[in-house]
Amino acid sequence: MNIDLTRRGFLRLAGAGVAATSLGAMGFGEAEAAEAAHVRAFKLTTTTETRNTCTYCSVACGIIMYSKGDVKAGETAEIMHIEGDADHPTNRGTLCPKGAALKDFVKAPTRLTRPRYRAAGATEFQDVTWDEALDKIARAMKDDRDANLVQVSEAGVPVNRWTTTGFLAASATTNETAWLTYKAVRSLGIVGFDNQARV
Amino acid sequence: MTNAWTDIKNTDLVIVMGGNAAEAHPCGFKWVTEAKATRGAKLIVVDPRYTRTASVSDYYAPIRPGSDIAFLMGVIRWCIENDKVQWEYVRNFTNAALLVKDGFGWSDGLFSGYDEEKRDYDKADWDYQIGDDGYAKLDMTLQDPRCVWNLLKAHVDVYTPEFVENVCGTPKDRYLQICEMIGECSAPERVMTSMYALGWTQHSKGAQNIRGMAMLQLILGNIGMRGGGMNALRGHSNIQGLTDLGLMSNLIPGYLNIPTEREPDWQTYMSTREFKPLRPGQTSYWQNYSKFMVSFMKAMWGDAATAENDWAYHYLPKLDVPTYDVLRMFELMKQGQVNLYFCQGFNPLMAFPNRAKLTEALSKLKLLVVMDPLETETAHFWENHGQYNDVDSASIQTEVLELPTTCFAEDEGALVNSGRWLQWHWPGGSPPGEAKNDTWIMANLFQKLRKLYQDEGGVFPEPILNLSWNYADPLDPKPEELAKEMNGRALRDIEDPANPGTTLVAAGKQVKNFTQLQDDGSTMCGCWIFSGCWNEDGNNMARRDNSDPGDAGMFLNWSYSWPVNRRILYNRASADMQGKPWDPDRKLIEWTGEKWEGYDVPDIGVTSKPGEVMPFIMNQEGTSRLFTRGMMRDGPFPTHMEPFESPIANVLNPKMRGNPVSRVFVDDAEQFATSEEFPFVATSYRLTEHFHYWTKHNKVNASLQPEFFVEISQELAAEKGITGGSRVRVWGKRGQVWAKAVVTKRIKPMQCDGKTVHVVGIPLHWGFMGAAKKGWGPNSLTPFVGDANVETPEFKAFLVNIEPAAEEPVA
Repeated sequence: MNIDLTRRGFLRLAGAGVAATSLGAMGFGEAEAAEAAHVRAFKLTTTTETRNTCTYCSVACGIIMYSKGDVKAGETAEIMHIEGDADHPTNRGTLCPKGAALKDFVKAPTRLTRPRYRAAGATEFQDVTWDEALDKIARAMKDDRDANLVQVSEAGVPVNRWTTTGFLAASATTNETAWLTYKAVRSLGIVGFDNQARV
Repeated sequence: MTNAWTDIKNTDLVIVMGGNAAEAHPCGFKWVTEAKATRGAKLIVVDPRYTRTASVSDYYAPIRPGSDIAFLMGVIRWCIENDKVQWEYVRNFTNAALLVKDGFGWSDGLFSGYDEEKRDYDKADWDYQIGDDGYAKLDMTLQDPRCVWNLLKAHVDVYTPEFVENVCGTPKDRYLQICEMIGECSAPERVMTSMYALGWTQHSKGAQNIRGMAMLQLILGNIGMRGGGMNALRGHSNIQGLTDLGLMSNLIPGYLNIPTEREPDWQTYMSTREFKPLRPGQTSYWQNYSKFMVSFMKAMWGDAATAENDWAYHYLPKLDVPTYDVLRMFELMKQGQVNLYFCQGFNPLMAFPNRAKLTEALSKLKLLVVMDPLETETAHFWENHGQYNDVDSASIQTEVLELPTTCFAEDEGALVNSGRWLQWHWPGGSPPGEAKNDTWIMANLFQKLRKLYQDEGGVFPEPILNLSWNYADPLDPKPEELAKEMNGRALRDIEDPANPGTTLVAAGKQVKNFTQLQDDGSTMCGCWIFSGCWNEDGNNMARRDNSDPGDAGMFLNWSYSWPVNRRILYNRASADMQGKPWDPDRKLIEWTGEKWEGYDVPDIGVTSKPGEVMPFIMNQEGTSRLFTRGMMRDGPFPTHMEPFESPIANVLNPKMRGNPVSRVFVDDAEQFATSEEFPFVATSYRLTEHFHYWTKHNKVNASLQPEFFVEISQELAAEKGITGGSRVRVWGKRGQVWAKAVVTKRIKPMQCDGKTVHVVGIPLHWGFMGAAKKGWGPNSLTPFVGDANVETPEFKAFLVNIEPAAEEPVA
C-alpha cells in the first residue's frame, strides 16, 4: 500500500544527489572520497526503524523509533532515538516538547520493572513473582465475587451485578488491550467500570 | 471530532473556546496555522486566560469560567436577530420545523416538569407532536409557534448582549465583534470550525456547553462541511478508542447500552431500541441495533449465546442506577462498600476531585491493583511524602500490588486519534525487566480466575466459563487475533439478499464491514463501528498511503477511520437539497443523478436521493436536532447554569445552585464553598511542556517546567500583597496547596453582576512521584460533583482563597 517514494525517501535521495553531483561537478571527487574515509558513519544507520504513534495526546503524531536490536526478529532491542515521521499526514515529521522527549519517557528511571507487593500497614513494597501476584489477585476476586455478586434484584429479575470490585481502564493502551479487558471485566459482572474519558 | 486534524486547513474561521490547542495539542494546532497562512483564515479565542493559543489569535475575548452557555445562547440570539442563518440548511437539515408538545416550556431557569426533591425532570412533554400517521408533525414555513425554531427563538431571547456581558464578564464590544465574525460563516461558502476540549467538558453542565456550539454550527450550516464541524480534541492517545469500545459502566462497544434491571428480558430491552423513523423515508440507522447487539453477544460468548437463551442476555450485568462511574465508585469506597479496585494505566489519586476523599476511600479497600509503566501516586498513596502526601502508613490496611506494564514503544496494536483514525503501531523496544503487555496480564489473570471456577465451582460461573477465548495461546492473545474479533466474521455462510442463492460471506471469513452483520447469530463482531478495520483485505489500520486526491485533506488510504473509513461525519450535509455542494471549492461528495461520490465515503446510502433522504442518518428524524427531546437530563435546550461554586448567583434563578439535576452525594454537598468564604474563581489547565502526571517522570520535561505554580493577575497580586515568584498558599473547602505565584497580565479581573471576579489558574502536572519537584494538583481543591448527563467532574470552575506564604526552608 505504500507509495513508491516516501517524503523521507525523497529527501534522503535528493540530499545525497546534491552532495554527489555538486562536489563531482566542481572537481572534488577525490576530496569527497577522502572526506568519506574519516567521517564517522551516521549512528542511526545500524539501527532498526519501527513506526509507532506518540503516546500522549490524541493528535496521534507518527513517530519513528530507532533501536539497537530488532524485536520482530526476536532480538532484545533498546530504543536509541525517537523522531517525528515525515510521511505522516498529520504531523509531517514535527513533534511538540512532549513528543520530542518520548525516549526519556520510555527510559524514565521510575519505569516499573518487577511486580511489587505492599502488605497492610507496611511502609515499603517488596518484590513478588508474577505468579504470586496473579494468584493473589485471582483468589481475592473469586472470594469477593462469590460473596457479593448480586444475582437477583428485589423484583426477582436476574441482574448478575458485581459492585464490590471496580476496574479503571487506561487511556493510552491499544484497542486490542481494551477489547480483551472489556471481555474479561464484563464476563465477571463488574459494573464499576470506567476509563479516563470520564474525566 | 466530526472532522479530521488535516481537515482544519480547509476552514475560514477557527473558534477555540473550551480548549487551548496550541499548548495541549501543538502538532494538531499546526493545521490552524496552515489555514491562517494559506487561506487567510481567522482565529478567535474565548478563554479566561490569554493562552498561547490566544497569543496567535486574530481576536481574543475573556470569559468567566463556567459561563459558556450564556455566551453561546447569546451568539445564537444575535445570529437569528441579524439574519445570519443558513436558511436552507436549517429548514431541511435540522428539526427546526418539527412541532413540540404544548406541555413543554420553561421559567426561572428551569424547564417544565422539574421535581426539586428528586433533582430530576419529568421529560414526557419534551417531545414532538405526533400525527395520526405516526410521524412527527411539522411546519416547513416555520410559522407555527410550537415549532422548534420559534421555541428556540423564545428560549434565547433573554441572552441579550447586556446579559452576556453581565454574566460572562466579556466586554460587550468584544462579544459583538465575535458575533460579527461568526455570523459571516452563515454564508454557504464560508465555514467555521469549533475546537474544544476539557475546558467545556469539565463542568456540571459540560454536555450542554458542547450542545450550545453544535446548535450554533447547525444554524450556520457548518456541520458536515470541509473545514467545519464540532471538533472535540480528545486528551489522551486512545481515549477515543476506549470510549468507542465502551469501557464505561453503562456501555457496550460501539455505543450500545448495558441493560438496566427494568429490562428483565431481551424483548423488553429491544422494545425501546427499535428506532422507528419519525419522518417518512428516513434512514434511522440505529434500526440495525439488534444486528450489532447479537453480533457482540456472539463475540463474547460464541456458541453459548443462542436465540433460545436470548443470546445469553443474563450473562450481562443489569444496572440499578444510571452508572457506577468513578465518582460513585469512590463514594462507595469511602463508605466501605468496595473491596477490590484495579487501575490499569490510570492514576485516580491525581485525576479525580477532592484528593482527601480519594485517600480516605483508597484506605478502605482490601486490595488495590495498579498496572502501569510508571510509579504512580495512586500505587503509592499509602506512602508518606511529608506535606505532599501526609498519611500514616501504619494505619492504612489496604494491600497493594504494583504490576509493571509495557509502554507504547514495546507494544503492538491500534490507537484511535481524535479524528477517529485507527492507526496501527509496532513495538521497537524490549520491555524493561519483567514488565509485561497488558494483554498478557489480563489473559493470565483471567485464566487463573477461570481455573478457580472450574476447580471449585462458585457463584454463577457460566459467563466466565463460556467466555469466548479462541486464541492460539490462551495466555498470550495476539493483537491480530483481537483486532480480527473486533472486525467480526461470519459464523456460517451468509446468503446475499441481493442475489438469493449466492453467498455474501462464507463461514469463517471476516465481514467486509458492519453492513454485513446479522441478528440471527450467523455473525460475530466485537465492536460494530470498527468493523472493516481488519477484513479479508488485511489490516486496513496499517495502511500508509499518504496521497490526498484533490488536496482535500481526507487521506482515505492512510489508516482506517470509523465508520467505514469515513473522514467527515454527516458529509451528505455538505451538499444542498439537489445534491450540489454548498461550496464548489469545498466539495466533499456530490449527487451524480444516480449516486453519491466524491473525496470522502458518503455518509448516506449511495443511491439515496437528495431531497428525500435527509443527511443525519443516525437520527430518527433524518435531521439534526436543535431541540433534543428528552435525551439529556438537564434540558432540550442549553440554559445558563452557574458552577456549584460560583462568585455570583444564577441571574435567572438566584435560588438555583449549580446544575439542578446533577447528582450530589450528601457529604459532598456539605463541602461546597460560598464566595463569602472563598472569593476567587479557580480553573485547572495543562501546559505545553507536560502531559498530565506522566512527563514529570521524564527529566527533559521535568526540567522544562520543574515546579508547581499558580497564575494570578497583577490586580489580585496587588490586592493580596503577592509578588511574582513568591510562595503562596491556595486553599478551598476541601484542601490546600502551596505553590510559586506567577503574576501575569494574561489574566485580568472581570466584572460580573456588579462584582469584580478574580481568576486563579492552576496547572495540573505535579505530584509526589517522578523527576520533577514535588507539588500538588488542582484536585486537592476541586469539588466532588459531575455533569448531570455523564458525570465528568467540575474541574474548570470552583472557589478558592489565596494568601502569601512563608518561603520553604532551604534544605
